Amino acid sequence: MQDANGPDQLFQRALAEGEILLPKCDDCGAFHFFPRVLCPHCHGAAISWKQAGGKGRVHTTTVVRRKPERGGDYNVCVVELDEGVRMMSRVEGIAPGEVAIDMPVTAFVGEAEGVPAVLFKPSEG
Amino acid sequence: MTTELRGKSAIVGTGHAGFGEAHGLTAYDVMAQSALAALGDAGLKLSDVDGLFCTMMEDSMPALMAAEYLGIQPRFIDGTMSGGSSFVNYLTSATMALDAGLCDVALIVYGSNQRTASGRLVTASRPPAYEAPYNPRYPISAYAMAAARHMHEYGTTREQLADVAVAARAWAQHNPEAFERGPLTRADVLGARMVGDPLTVRDCCLVTDGGGAIVLVRANRARDFPKEPVYVLGSAAESSHRQISQMKDFTVTAACASGTRAFAAAGVTPADIQAVELYDAFTINTILFLEDLGFCAKGEGGAFVEGGRIAPGGVLPVNTNGGGLSCVHPGMYGIFTVIEAARQIRGDAPGIQLKDIDLALAHGNGGVLSSQVTAILGSQNTL
Repeated sequence: MQDANGPDQLFQRALAEGEILLPKCDDCGAFHFFPRVLCPHCHGAAISWKQAGGKGRVHTTTVVRRKPERGGDYNVCVVELDEGVRMMSRVEGIAPGEVAIDMPVTAFVGEAEGVPAVLFKPSEG
Repeated sequence: MTTELRGKSAIVGTGHAGFGEAHGLTAYDVMAQSALAALGDAGLKLSDVDGLFCTMMEDSMPALMAAEYLGIQPRFIDGTMSGGSSFVNYLTSATMALDAGLCDVALIVYGSNQRTASGRLVTASRPPAYEAPYNPRYPISAYAMAAARHMHEYGTTREQLADVAVAARAWAQHNPEAFERGPLTRADVLGARMVGDPLTVRDCCLVTDGGGAIVLVRANRARDFPKEPVYVLGSAAESSHRQISQMKDFTVTAACASGTRAFAAAGVTPADIQAVELYDAFTINTILFLEDLGFCAKGEGGAFVEGGRIAPGGVLPVNTNGGGLSCVHPGMYGIFTVIEAARQIRGDAPGIQLKDIDLALAHGNGGVLSSQVTAILGSQNTL
């Protein structure tokens, strides 16, 4: 975490190292996402970082239709993590149209648009 | 706006320009033509304007750009940018400024050349850092995900979404100002190119050029102008998020709150409203706003719009000009909800003119279901 100071830098630096950290408020105990210098729930300013459990469910989903010559269709979704926070992402490993609301998914650190990003795959079992 | 401001301001002029394709014109050209049209409608001159309410998609200081272009030096400006709802929101600030004596003639104005300039939504907004890497297509992916969640929770169907587009087209077919006037069936909408599941290209608003303008004055001199005045009875806003991933409930918008407060300020209920003009950027919008504004219960919006119930001759006249889906959508449609509502009340609507309209509702949406602004307009009879 050397040289990383702000919440955005801390999150991105961890991601680059393959870790998903989530900001958690010391005062009310709630997680939030995206990272910021205060808790959007209780407005406390004491924030700690916790390793994400990585489990969640698809809250909603769409298929972005794109011509095959430009790379074809792809998934965009919003996942709700067990920690209670939501993030935009995509589910990989299945066809974009097979991603369904309420589907259990597991996070992993992959790449999107050439930068490290939180992605999801369908949970096993 | 509170009940103390009920009926304190009135619309005495409306105008528009550049509908469809405004070849060779810049966004500010279209803005200025719209301003001249509205001032002409009001029997006023640009030099009478001392309050300017304007935002544009291209710039971060659009009110200054517009004032400079128009050759005026306003003593009050508001350039609050809440997306397409901005122009409905200006009804509140214009009414406050007029009532406080901060200006005497308020001009709300907008212009866009997005269709001929680029063929797509123009925006000076930065891509959201935590969404952009996943390449959502803005704004459609956001609305598609709201539609998907509404279908999941309430059983809303693609057919019901399609019926919103079909109803809008049916109104537009009677409106010579509307851009798309050809026939459109439910099958046409369902069979159109899918762009962001569950929305096809016919579930999406048009991409046109166009501008609009509104002139307001204090109510105590509203009868001194050529056109019948239209009074601002209530207006209210609520903002819930900026990025779609931050929307708390994808099936409930802040229109619940903006609507409740606008109705309270105006002292009327949804059952009193005779014409409903909603920002229909996508077919799901109309369903969400009819629910959230209280025209039907949450989850019943799909059934409410089904089979021509909001089309001409249906149970509730909704988007009587054809809306953003079929009339005009130059990037920020909100101002046209106010213009159509005002014209229905004045009796000079360009398409189907409803009979004896005293109360109409205009609802603006901004961002990705982010900013909701509701206004209730009334005739002299409602004061």
